[in-house]
Amino acid sequence: MAAARFAIPAAVVLALVLPLLVSNFRLFQFTQVFIYAIALLGLNILTGFNGQISLGHGAFYAVGAYTGAIMMDRWSVPYGWTIPVGGLICLVVGFLFGIPALRLEGLYLALATFALALAVPQILKYFEHWTGGSQGIVLSKPPAPFGLPLSEDQWLYLVTLAVLIVMFVLARNLLAGRIGRALVAIRDNPLAAEAMGVNKALYKSLAFGVSAAYTGVAGALSAVAIAFVAPDSFNVFLSISFLTGSVIGGLATISGAIWGALFIQFVPNWAQAISKAAPWAIFGLFLIIFMYVMPFGIAGGLRLLWNRLTRRRS
Amino acid sequence: MEIFFQQVVSGLATGGIYASLALALVMIYQATDVVNFAQGEMAMFSTYLAWQMLQFGWPYWMTFLVTVSVAFVLGLVIERVVIRPVENAPILSIVIVTLGLLVILNSVAGWIWTYIQKPFPSPFPAKPIHLGAVYVGSHDIGEISVMLVMLLLLFLFFRFTPLGLAMRAAAQNPVSSRLAGISVSRMLMLGWGLAAAFGAVAGLMVAPIVTLEPNMMGGIQLYAFAAATLGGFTSPGGAVLGGFLVGVVENLVGTYVKFIGTELKLTVALAIIIIVLLVRPSGLFGRAVVRRV
Amino acid sequence: MSAILEVENLEAWYGRTQALYGVSFAMELRGITTVLGANGAGKTTTLRAITGMVRTAGTIRFDGKRIDRRATEDIVALGVAHVPQGRGTFVDLTVEENLRVGMYARRDKSTVGMDFERVYRYFPVLAQRKRQLAGTLSGGEQQMLAVARALMLGPRLLLLDEPSLGLAPLIVQDIFRILKAVNAEAGVSILLVEQNARLALELADHAFLMETGRVVTSGPSARLAADDAVRRAYLGY
Repeated sequence: MAAARFAIPAAVVLALVLPLLVSNFRLFQFTQVFIYAIALLGLNILTGFNGQISLGHGAFYAVGAYTGAIMMDRWSVPYGWTIPVGGLICLVVGFLFGIPALRLEGLYLALATFALALAVPQILKYFEHWTGGSQGIVLSKPPAPFGLPLSEDQWLYLVTLAVLIVMFVLARNLLAGRIGRALVAIRDNPLAAEAMGVNKALYKSLAFGVSAAYTGVAGALSAVAIAFVAPDSFNVFLSISFLTGSVIGGLATISGAIWGALFIQFVPNWAQAISKAAPWAIFGLFLIIFMYVMPFGIAGGLRLLWNRLTRRRS
Repeated sequence: MEIFFQQVVSGLATGGIYASLALALVMIYQATDVVNFAQGEMAMFSTYLAWQMLQFGWPYWMTFLVTVSVAFVLGLVIERVVIRPVENAPILSIVIVTLGLLVILNSVAGWIWTYIQKPFPSPFPAKPIHLGAVYVGSHDIGEISVMLVMLLLLFLFFRFTPLGLAMRAAAQNPVSSRLAGISVSRMLMLGWGLAAAFGAVAGLMVAPIVTLEPNMMGGIQLYAFAAATLGGFTSPGGAVLGGFLVGVVENLVGTYVKFIGTELKLTVALAIIIIVLLVRPSGLFGRAVVRRV
Repeated sequence: MSAILEVENLEAWYGRTQALYGVSFAMELRGITTVLGANGAGKTTTLRAITGMVRTAGTIRFDGKRIDRRATEDIVALGVAHVPQGRGTFVDLTVEENLRVGMYARRDKSTVGMDFERVYRYFPVLAQRKRQLAGTLSGGEQQMLAVARALMLGPRLLLLDEPSLGLAPLIVQDIFRILKAVNAEAGVSILLVEQNARLALELADHAFLMETGRVVTSGPSARLAADDAVRRAYLGY
């Protein structure tokens, strides 16, 4: 898409300049948006591009977050290492989870992952010795290195932005190539894909692994950025938010992850501003209206709009 | 032995509630491939309407009938107004719409009636009934009876009336149904209406036990999912049987397996879901999808 | 003689792909017309257009009333029955339930009993398998069931899409014999899409030939059957 050539560098520039323009709190919100975007991109790879519905990605987010938290808290590992390690562990866990998931389709996979999501807080509380139980683990926000004149929030914002850019570029290369085509082929017509020599089992499990890795990286980042992890923040609503964000942003798109992240971060706040008495009702209304106007997500809606505008010119 | 029997009856009673909600879920899923996440909240909202009518002093059974009818209409309206505009959208988008509905109903109920728990009356006497040598709760027996009557009526409707046949046809094969002159959209609307009515019955039967509050259907909806998974999402009869089974298993496990306290009770539902999905995803009575190329 | 079906400048699309480019023809009351042509000529699309299953432009009149902007179920309720390719059997309903579904939109319910009798007379095998699940019937039996179901509507126009597809010749002859009887006894007009041109031309009194979404020639079936060049080029024999 031609617009991408302008839009992406412009967005990156804007993002880099943001710390100079807004308050620390706002920056923290945007850091959260970037973290969600990475998680949503992970979910998108699995559900959007590969057609495997997951209602349980909060579990991988939790694994990433707790891995990071335990490494920093118990073994004083520098936070820079927690991110790739969190991602790697989730890659393996996701891949292993993908193997039994091969037998499940559509609704049944959604149910299984839903059950997983429900179980997560319980499991986290059970292994108290490692996870600190219901109290969770308290961490401290790292200061900017080399004595740079940045606040902690500004530094974390830039770190997260950097990770975001790396993860997005990786995803684009992955999805634009052979692997991406294989994933989409499996989604659209698994029998034909297999008949053409695509190793369905391998790719589906890989998709799970990569998807989990992305979400794990996001989780590890969130442990650093929020400086606190507790079981109840990783409940089933988190998983549902992830799926909601992915659909609203636009499944099977990369930009959709960003739109979705913006939605799940800011729309609840708007809803609260509109109605103190029943904010969730307003949020629900937003969900419904978005799906009416853009059933293929924000990314889908933008593409349709762009097509309509450019067709008139030609 | 007496305790066992009592727990089985009790389990059948809660099972009836799960069966009702599971049936509602499966009816809509069979016809549209959409899981209506808002089914439980629609039931909760209908129960609040009943509470309001009881506050106005209306007699119980009249309230029951009016509530079920109003719920039916609510289901019709929701399908026509909320779901129909997106019926051609991708399935996940429609599911998000039902999530939106869930959240709206929950929030509005809390806004109108507050989040304070309210007691809800049972139409059945408090005295236990004597069954042979055993005492069982009247509410339990009464509730099982209500459920069985409703299920019988539904079965007769689907089996022996032209409209019931048309609804079954529309759910199985929409294209052929339209070629037979059946308005599939109208059948879908009716399906949502019936599902909502059954949800309302579940709500009315469970409210006396758990007390009425906006979040009361959460755990029950989870058990309904377990029931539908066990029975098979493609089989209404299976969902009903699954509901009763899940109710009995939940009760027996709660009674006899000591370390499962009330907190971990939800774990039973989860365990059922996971085990069924590992062993036989299509459930006891569901049909494995055979795809022809 | 009045026309039961009039089609003028019919265009049709599947999504953004156009499939029909201005098809025009008319059918007489009580007539049997067959549509011939190679695969992809637009024969099935024409039938689908008549029952409102695809996006169309142009005029379609059934018994003088315009049906081109109407919903499928409304068109059917006016008396147009359509037996689609692949038969569209309700596999999880019994044979008898399939027939009952067929009569759901029927206007005149008073003669239903007579039609059940007539259908069981034409297709005795269906009477034998009344309570069986339709999905367990053989291909030929399902085709008979599909035709029977269409007849239960009490239609005045019957559209059939490749009824002979995949069936043994003996069964195909049976079905065609019954179609002729239905036309003669009940006065049902028939529009038949068929690949088996020989049988179709024997049954029909009118025929027209389609090629890539257009009608290339039409006329009495005897003339088309006798036209050597047309025959060789399009019908292959």
